[in-house]
Amino acid sequence: MKFTEEHNEIRRTMAQVIEKEINPYVEQWEEEGIFPAHDLFKKLGNLGLLGVAKPVSYGGLGLDYSYEALVAEELGAIHCGSIPMAIGVQTNMATPALARYGSDELRKEFLTPAIAGDQVASIAVSEPGAGSDVASIKTEARKDGDDYVINGSKMWITNSTQADFLCVLANTSDDARHINKSLIIVPTNTPGVEVSPRLNKLGMRSSDTAQIFFDDVRVPQRFRIGAEGQGFTMQMQQFQEERLFCVASILKTLDLCVSETADYCYERKAFGKPLLDNQYLHYRLAELQTETEIVRAALYQAVEQYVEGEDVTKLASMLKLKTGRLAREVTDGCLQFWGGMGYMWDNKVSRFYRDSRLMSIGGGADEVMLGIICKYLGLLPGQKRG
Amino acid sequence: MSLFYFNEEHQAVRETARRFTEKEITPFIDEWEESGGIPRELFLKAGEAGLLGMGYDEQYGGTPGDIFHAIAINEELMRAGSGGVVAGLQSLNIGLPPVHRWGSDTLKARIIPEVLAGSKIACLAITEPGAGSDVAGLRTRAEQVTVDGKPFYKVNGSKMFITSGVIADYYTVAVRTGGEGFGGISLLLIEKDIKGFSVGKNLKKMGWWASDTAELFFDDCLVPAENLIGQENQGFYCIMSNFQPERISLAVMANTTSEVALNACLEYVKDRSTFGKTLKDHQIIRHKLAVMASKLEASREFTYRIAARYQAGEDVSMEVSMAKNIATDTSDHITYQATQIFGGMGFMRESVVERLYRDNRILAIGGGTYEIMNEVIAKNLGL
Repeated sequence: MKFTEEHNEIRRTMAQVIEKEINPYVEQWEEEGIFPAHDLFKKLGNLGLLGVAKPVSYGGLGLDYSYEALVAEELGAIHCGSIPMAIGVQTNMATPALARYGSDELRKEFLTPAIAGDQVASIAVSEPGAGSDVASIKTEARKDGDDYVINGSKMWITNSTQADFLCVLANTSDDARHINKSLIIVPTNTPGVEVSPRLNKLGMRSSDTAQIFFDDVRVPQRFRIGAEGQGFTMQMQQFQEERLFCVASILKTLDLCVSETADYCYERKAFGKPLLDNQYLHYRLAELQTETEIVRAALYQAVEQYVEGEDVTKLASMLKLKTGRLAREVTDGCLQFWGGMGYMWDNKVSRFYRDSRLMSIGGGADEVMLGIICKYLGLLPGQKRG
Repeated sequence: MSLFYFNEEHQAVRETARRFTEKEITPFIDEWEESGGIPRELFLKAGEAGLLGMGYDEQYGGTPGDIFHAIAINEELMRAGSGGVVAGLQSLNIGLPPVHRWGSDTLKARIIPEVLAGSKIACLAITEPGAGSDVAGLRTRAEQVTVDGKPFYKVNGSKMFITSGVIADYYTVAVRTGGEGFGGISLLLIEKDIKGFSVGKNLKKMGWWASDTAELFFDDCLVPAENLIGQENQGFYCIMSNFQPERISLAVMANTTSEVALNACLEYVKDRSTFGKTLKDHQIIRHKLAVMASKLEASREFTYRIAARYQAGEDVSMEVSMAKNIATDTSDHITYQATQIFGGMGFMRESVVERLYRDNRILAIGGGTYEIMNEVIAKNLGL
């Protein structure tokens, strides 16, 4: 991928916001278990950073996805995983389908304020009984006159205690599981929407996550995105961006882990010499950085193909799988070299270790990525070879 | 040759520890994890149940026992699913042995009975901000001085990451009484309320929340010379020999962490359904569990074997290091896979595998890191 001056410019803009408006507050937000989504998103929205690849007519910058990916990569410089994830939910998880398939009216009503940072969005797919197995969701949207009446519940919903609207995947018919679903926008102030208290998580502490309950929630049918029954397909498409985002937004974090660990091991003396002078240590760090660079190269390739309009589901799934595992390896390997300091709660590497554990679980677990890759490679039982 | 490491006496102790864990620990775990420590009463209750004095002389209130008694207790306590409780409640197991083996009779008679009864708490303080696994690099200084005609050590320096450091009454502290390197180190028993000794606040850790961890500060702290444990400048040897049972116990903790996580998964996969079938009906999950169980079995058997050889008096410092690394490799693998099998629930505080995942991470760091174990092994291989 070739980066232009425009690419560099938007990257610098993001970097400045992180340095001024985000990193100085990360410790506080982590401690409080939440961050001020409306306040921060407004700041990002004012700079156009929430709509990089979104249509100009709704306030977006109208750039191609390579710019979006670059901004996502810059988010990895944030000193925790929660804030990149929260931003990613807004830009790459809850709104891509809306931007592509929503009616003009729906986009004006929800996409425009999401891009401006006036409204906070959540994507509501997972349920207590169906996480990565999206087709098994039970939440139902029944037609009643011009409305849908929604019943069910959604689990592990990022941004949800602060969200203004949810992009909900629900069953809208009794058809087969892949053609009976629709994506529907549900404003959180609709009567019958109830949000649980914040869930207590291993990591991603400053991101709010909750369970959502729908009890006869009534929304107009015009809040549906695209055609009825197309929800599963649109969500699968939307997942491509989500997965590319997940990969992009952790690369700088991994760079940071390696470089800060190297700095620490250079200063730290044991047995009369800097820790870093142990061959095992400097070789290990070199290897971790090498793996990160390889993922970065593959990501750029996937982004390029995605910009060209290709279906990159296979490569995006491979990248998500590999990066989830690599993130664990890098954070774990680096943490080890910090010794007792690495086990302390407020240590940055320790935080990334906890936060990055989600990558192999959220947005489709590793096992689900493998299932998708198998399918694309024609390896599943019943698939024809050759 | 007996095929079993645990005889009837060991089993009886195991049974006591199991009942104790079920009644006195498991119901309160979540509360202690949140509050960041265990109450003093738990030490008293454990003392009363005879769980603290195993392996110590009867004259000090102990009960004769060998390393498999300690292993049985350790395993049963770990079944509550909290590494912090085990580390906190058993901090005496690293703090007290030097006093027991090398302390003067007066010191032993004064200290040991209270600790075994659980009315006082003992801990070990070796690590410093600038010297962790590199014990010989420690800097806390103790000089001989005379005050009012009595001999003292004047101690200056600080200690880091001390388990039970907040709650403890007695600290077995490694200090530098001589020159640089391992030859200049001694052990002193330092008591909590003496002048010049202060304890920092409970450190916030990734895991082991139910055990408190502190930084200790010594500022012209006067310790009576009679509190010297063993001979002056012989401390490094005491510390090194203390490391063997500590590392075995860390290997046991790792193995039991693996066992608890594996058992939680074996239950979970029966109920949880994905893609139209229960998790256990997915081949990849069954194989994952098969690998987890195999690794655990091998690691546990190896740990037992090395413990038995240690018990028999062999020098197994290399094998103990191997056992610790194999056990933590195994528990790293198993706790990771367990959170993966639990999916989103594995990332939530309410699942036991989430806690085990955090608690486990210290086992390859504390008591000598994975890398230090490899150095010990390499050295024993003549490298």
